[in-house]
Amino acid sequence: MIYFDNVSKIYSDSSSALDNVTLTIHPKEFVSIVGHSGAGKTTLLKMVLAEDRPTSGTVLFESTNIHTLRRSKLHQYRRKIGAIFQDFRLLPNKTAYENIAFAMEMVGRSDDEIAVDVPYVLEMVDLGNKMWNFPHELSGGEKQRVAIARAIVNQPDVVIADEPTGSLDPINTYDIVQILKKINDLGTTVILTTHNKGVIDSLGKRVVTMEKGRVIRDDPTGKYVL
Amino acid sequence: MWTSIKRVIKAGVVNSYRNGFVSLASVLIMTVTLFVIGSVIFLSATLSASLEEIRSKVDVNVYFLTSAKEEEVQTLAKALRTLPEVKEVEYISRAQALLDFKKRHENDELTLQALQELPDNPLGAVLNVKAKEPSQYEGIANFLKGDSALSSNTKNVIDEVNYYDNKTAIDKLSGILISAERLGFGFALLLVIISISIAFNTIRLAIYISREEIGVMRLVGASNKYIRGPFVVSGILYGVVSSLLTLALFYPLTYYLGDSTENFFSGLNLFRYYLAHFGEFFQILVGSGIALGAISSFLAVRRYLNV
Repeated sequence: MIYFDNVSKIYSDSSSALDNVTLTIHPKEFVSIVGHSGAGKTTLLKMVLAEDRPTSGTVLFESTNIHTLRRSKLHQYRRKIGAIFQDFRLLPNKTAYENIAFAMEMVGRSDDEIAVDVPYVLEMVDLGNKMWNFPHELSGGEKQRVAIARAIVNQPDVVIADEPTGSLDPINTYDIVQILKKINDLGTTVILTTHNKGVIDSLGKRVVTMEKGRVIRDDPTGKYVL
Repeated sequence: MWTSIKRVIKAGVVNSYRNGFVSLASVLIMTVTLFVIGSVIFLSATLSASLEEIRSKVDVNVYFLTSAKEEEVQTLAKALRTLPEVKEVEYISRAQALLDFKKRHENDELTLQALQELPDNPLGAVLNVKAKEPSQYEGIANFLKGDSALSSNTKNVIDEVNYYDNKTAIDKLSGILISAERLGFGFALLLVIISISIAFNTIRLAIYISREEIGVMRLVGASNKYIRGPFVVSGILYGVVSSLLTLALFYPLTYYLGDSTENFFSGLNLFRYYLAHFGEFFQILVGSGIALGAISSFLAVRRYLNV
């Protein structure tokens, strides 16, 4: 469903973040992308979210070339993707409830749907009792769970998670990974980047290993090998 | 459609409230801007009222010799009244002129005593002529100088026509006022431009604080309109609040300044002027407040939408 075809991204002459990456991600897959910092994992996900455009090559989502989309149409494409970031990126002036409600409001869902769905997803990530707290009143793990709830509330085709456990402790990390697994079991494609060995080994799913902008390994039921 | 308008308005109001300090700063800066705009209106009203007042003081006085008979004076007055340019002719008799003189010098013993020494009333009759338009005085003065309408003996009784003496003073004074008006207007315009750009930048800074938020909204798939809407609503809200604040500020200020301006600027009471023109002030200030808030928010958000 997502195809990288010879994608390169060069930020400056001396360094390339992506170097001729060709990769296919199938529907309902759970793909982990691993590698050292600077291996190009985050750049790869930025390409999917059209946050950045490749220097050469194409990225296809189903049959649309993402980077030829007009800026004014981009938001419609992004609604098919639920994005989770290492730094959470919640809206600081909105409560947990409102952060999720915002995602539903912007796609034009009705007030009734919002009133039912938001508590439901917050319950799902085990935050039913922190609904009316602002992000600064939540711990890191809780913030990330709000972010996950926001990413899945519109039932996207793909969830991309860029080092979602990067700033969390082991227990929260375990919880977040379990939630992502659950999302995948319900039929959503998940792309996860991480450099946490424990996470990868416990998943037992496809692992793509990157180094210096290249894909160096692609194991269908991989372990973290570097 | 209605649902998203409702949501955008609600988000704008809630955001302004939650960013309380930033909103307060924006409102205060915009109040200063609108205050400057309002003051410029007062300034130009004051100046043009003064100019008008001075122009209306202009008249032509015809002084007669003491030997002039009353019917001769009346004949001339009648002739003047027939002229199309003349608005009003006031006749002051010799006796009236003496009374006026005495009244003007009632504290001046020396002058009054000198007057007593004279055998006869030394003052002649006077005609005060007012034209409909200031530019017409020249014609009236020329009429009095020329001999077309006047028989020679009427002309002989005229002592002096003072138009030309007054003219230089009047021209000079209105020249000063006109340049003061221009200078004041230029200066005011500069102030208005400066304060508008300060208000504009304050709003840009307020939105700069939210730039990451705007980026996040883009990444989770919000449309540009939906992101921009609440900021524009906040801007409009700042505009409305600060214009109302400015209108409220002018009330005690003009009340306090009203009497002194009335004495100083020939009859224009700022307080009464403000009350009489409140509708216009309301429209101008609220209108420019809303425009300033909406346009600067609209432009400021645009910079951060390119994610």
